[in-house]
Amino acid sequence: MIAAVYFRPPEFSLRWIHVWRRNLLVWKKLAIASVLGNIADPLLYMLALGYGIGAFVPEVGGMKYIAFIGTGMVCQSAMFTSSFEAMYSAFSRMHMQRTWEAIINAPLSLDDVMFAEWMWAASKAVVSTAAILAVILLLGFGHSWLAVWVLPLGFLIGLTFGAFGLVMNALAPGYDFFTYFFTLVLTPMLLLSGVFFPVAQMPPALAAAAEFLPLKHAIDLARPLLTGTAPAAVALHVAVLFAYACVAYFAALVLTRRRLLK
Amino acid sequence: MMAKGAPPSDDGVVLRVAGLRKSYGDSEVVRGLDFSIRRGECFGLLGPNGAGKTTTLRCCLGLIDPDGGSIELVGLPVPQAARAARVRVGVVPQMDNLDPDFTVTENLVVYGRYFGIPYATLRARIPKLLEFAGLSSKGDVGIRTLSGGMKRRLTLARALVNDPELLILDEPTTGLDPQARHLIWNGLRQLLSQGKTILLTTHFMDEAERLATRLAVIDHGVMIASDTPQALIRAHVEPEVIEVFGDEALAWADAHGRALATRLETAGETAFCYATDPKPLLAALADAPGLRYLHRPANLEDLFIKLTGRELRD
Repeated sequence: MIAAVYFRPPEFSLRWIHVWRRNLLVWKKLAIASVLGNIADPLLYMLALGYGIGAFVPEVGGMKYIAFIGTGMVCQSAMFTSSFEAMYSAFSRMHMQRTWEAIINAPLSLDDVMFAEWMWAASKAVVSTAAILAVILLLGFGHSWLAVWVLPLGFLIGLTFGAFGLVMNALAPGYDFFTYFFTLVLTPMLLLSGVFFPVAQMPPALAAAAEFLPLKHAIDLARPLLTGTAPAAVALHVAVLFAYACVAYFAALVLTRRRLLK
Repeated sequence: MMAKGAPPSDDGVVLRVAGLRKSYGDSEVVRGLDFSIRRGECFGLLGPNGAGKTTTLRCCLGLIDPDGGSIELVGLPVPQAARAARVRVGVVPQMDNLDPDFTVTENLVVYGRYFGIPYATLRARIPKLLEFAGLSSKGDVGIRTLSGGMKRRLTLARALVNDPELLILDEPTTGLDPQARHLIWNGLRQLLSQGKTILLTTHFMDEAERLATRLAVIDHGVMIASDTPQALIRAHVEPEVIEVFGDEALAWADAHGRALATRLETAGETAFCYATDPKPLLAALADAPGLRYLHRPANLEDLFIKLTGRELRD
């Protein structure tokens, strides 16, 4: 049972910006290593699978396999970066370093801290999206102004998975707990959302289930944008991502209040 | 909302707590607590572990909502106006929570920003804060290289970044060595002499005796005594204490001590003889050369033990 008091609506003040700036200052000290980390993993997938499997599968969905997988990697990278930030990094700040405790003794509320962490996770997703986008452009794909739209899309993906991560953060007894989220949520999401192969390849039941996965909707937007065509059903895809983001964020807020405000 | 720098209440009360109650499930942790702190005081809140000290502080800061009673912090109602009240309060938490990724100066700058202090004001304040903390030469040093005492002093300096009207310290010297504790105490005395108001929780009685101008002992969520340290000792404890220790101490206490002392308590192998007139006890001890003893005036620890008992609290 969660006491009714924790369900009060989010309290908003502009002081959250100072917490976001705090995280930015830490990140700036480690920015190069952090961006390399953001790029390395998806880049390896893109090159290995793109050129390896691409040799057998010349075209998927009307594009080269490396381009196909590259567009998936943009979304994958935003997803992993924001999840990681909202779980491991936020947990360090909340639990190990007690940074949040210090902040809420100042004239900030826990709601401000949570909002800042959410925005920060989404901001980092934009950074990694931009890094992958740069790689894609260098490899010679995505040469269309529409491609720039993946940056706000990266932010939206970051809001969704950052909020999921904050839910896990609120429940975590320790770092090991986050493995469940990677194994049970993110990995299936990655395999079923059309990153490596089109969703239509799957049995109809699985393909139908994939319609409920936020990453699938992100990829439905990213793939046309990076191949220079306007995506279809933009409102639906954005609405699904945004709805997941808001519901998960409110759940994270309630659970974090219960964890810390006692 | 009050303007920045406005005086607190007219009557000089910086914190007023009345009828405070807080329960967790079936257990009532704070059960009707009343106290108030006037400007310039150092008020000590004493109590064993689990007495409700930290819960009381969290209520006063508006971090948790009380179940009953009222709180007025720097003239503002809490929790309703807690954010505006916290702008004018400084907090030193029980456990260090400095930002490990930052230098000493960055810690102060970033914390100052949470209060909305303009950078120019912060920059002007920081040298004084560093000097106060004895860290003038350490401004650009990372937190990880500081000793425990330095970290504590920086945490204290950080709590002063907004020039607070009330400084709240939750067990400020727990885990420090004696040298580091004395430095913190010096710092706090310096602040008191400048007219700052302090609320201090501690379970070190020497700390409370040195610093607090007034204190309250709380246990099981209620206040069991409140006054100046000297008045409390006078009111509750016999003026002199003889501690007798060693193998034969308890046997001696049963045979002689109990009859001669005003009150006698034992803990482990030590007999505590509390006396209004210690002469008969000292004479009896002179006839028992095998025993070691310590004759001293009663202190706050005697008071604390008398009021809260000797059993262990976990």
